[in-house]
Amino acid sequence: MQFKIVSLVVVALFYCVQANAQNMQKGKKIYETRCLACHQADGGGVPNMNAPLDAASNVVGKDIARLVRIIRYGYNERIALDGFYYSNAMTANPDLKDNELADLLTYIRNSWSNKASAITIAQVQAAKKKK
Amino acid sequence: MYKLSNFLLACVLALSVNAQENAGLKLPTGFSATLFADQIGTARHIAINDKGILFAKLNNVNKAGQSIVRMEDVNGDGIAEKISGWGKYGGTGIFIKGNQLYASSDDAVYLYQLDANGEVTNPTAPKTIIQNLHSRRQHASKSITLDPQGNIYVNIGAYSNACQEKDRSVGSKGMMPCPILDSAGGIWKFDGSKENQSYAQGKRYATGLRNVIGLDWNNKTNSLFVTQHGRDQLNTFYPTMYTDAQNADLPAETMYEMKEGDDAGWPYVYYDPFQKKKILSPEYGGDGKLEGGKNALDPLVAFPAHMAPMALLFYKGNQFPAKYKEGAFIAFHGSWNRAPLPQEGYFVAFVPFKNGKPSGEWEIFANGFAGADNNKSPRGAKARPCGLAEGPDGSLYVSDDSKGAIFKISFNK
Repeated sequence: MQFKIVSLVVVALFYCVQANAQNMQKGKKIYETRCLACHQADGGGVPNMNAPLDAASNVVGKDIARLVRIIRYGYNERIALDGFYYSNAMTANPDLKDNELADLLTYIRNSWSNKASAITIAQVQAAKKKK
Repeated sequence: MYKLSNFLLACVLALSVNAQENAGLKLPTGFSATLFADQIGTARHIAINDKGILFAKLNNVNKAGQSIVRMEDVNGDGIAEKISGWGKYGGTGIFIKGNQLYASSDDAVYLYQLDANGEVTNPTAPKTIIQNLHSRRQHASKSITLDPQGNIYVNIGAYSNACQEKDRSVGSKGMMPCPILDSAGGIWKFDGSKENQSYAQGKRYATGLRNVIGLDWNNKTNSLFVTQHGRDQLNTFYPTMYTDAQNADLPAETMYEMKEGDDAGWPYVYYDPFQKKKILSPEYGGDGKLEGGKNALDPLVAFPAHMAPMALLFYKGNQFPAKYKEGAFIAFHGSWNRAPLPQEGYFVAFVPFKNGKPSGEWEIFANGFAGADNNKSPRGAKARPCGLAEGPDGSLYVSDDSKGAIFKISFNK
């Protein structure tokens, strides 16, 4: 078990390189068709309603599994984020494939003022197991 | 030296802020504006008493621990010097009738007493007039107004976009009949003087309203007028029927005169301002052309889509030129659902009225709230108009719920 976790971390670190331009492009496409309507062109969200992604602590944070779950299964509770509350329901995206989720997460974690590690397919799959 | 330069810089900044003409607003000729207050918190609706003391209801408790803020301009320079407050609950609605001040949370309405000086006598012990109303996150805010008989009208917004089985989900059908309408998606009427009322003591006054935030009683017609927030995301859920550009313009934000028992048609129809028709919602089998809502009202005024009318006020004063008398001011919050097109509508609009009916096209009255060229998203807006109040001298006050500014607009004779 210990070994498994360590090796996962090593693999994750190995892939945590600069966001690849091709992945960013694919992620951007998905963002524009599925996310932008609510989260806005600048990732700023809508006060009280739709949570911002830009400069959002959980988006650039370490809990990748939670981000994967929210995008895949949606989110139907009032969410507290960085001192504010957001109330609209987040749509589920059950049809997004692991590689698409990875590209989308890579994009939102490296757009606007966000600068965080790229997300790999392995991380998305690991998040799925965690559920 | 460093301190002195900092001080000088602060002075220059302060001067430049004050020097901003009309508090940065664009107004019709002859009007001027001051920044009455700033940074007071998330100021939703506002109300003013006959002494000119302004009260704002905050959506969240502010840093000073207040959710109702009291503002007074003692020296008459258009800027409030005395600012205080109280209250531990967030909410939107606030309304003054005589010596009574009503304020709402997202599930209740409270009543405060004003004394002869216009001061609240029971800030920590209000009466609970209405309680246990649905507050299910979406469209939870409760706007309020009273009629001359003392009945209170409360908006209970639909906790849904279009009454789909699964809210805001691709391919999810609209529920038939929409089960939300029995306890939300309309205006409820209560007795403004009775304590501890809820659904059982109230009455569904009007239905088929997705979410009303702006409402006002019109003394001329002796009836209730409301502004509705139309549905979102036609293009997101029906990309083969609606383009991004069409979604940016559909459906209209609407104004209705609501008499008891009236139905505005949500969720079954939306109003298309180009076809000038009530169109069947795609969740209920519509295709963008099929009509519906035979028994639903047509709007009195159709405004551009998604601009979010937050407050409605019929102007009673004599300070503004004659054309404004009895007309309607509407505070628009500004859009978010026009994306990917630029967001718009961070302004206060005016609709002229004659004999209780709109007598001309709507126009922009006060603009410039969002700041220069920043319309990428609502976050970028400097101010978002939310509440309106008419002072005893006929000045118009506008609140902003993003940074907490209050603007005072006056006409210079």
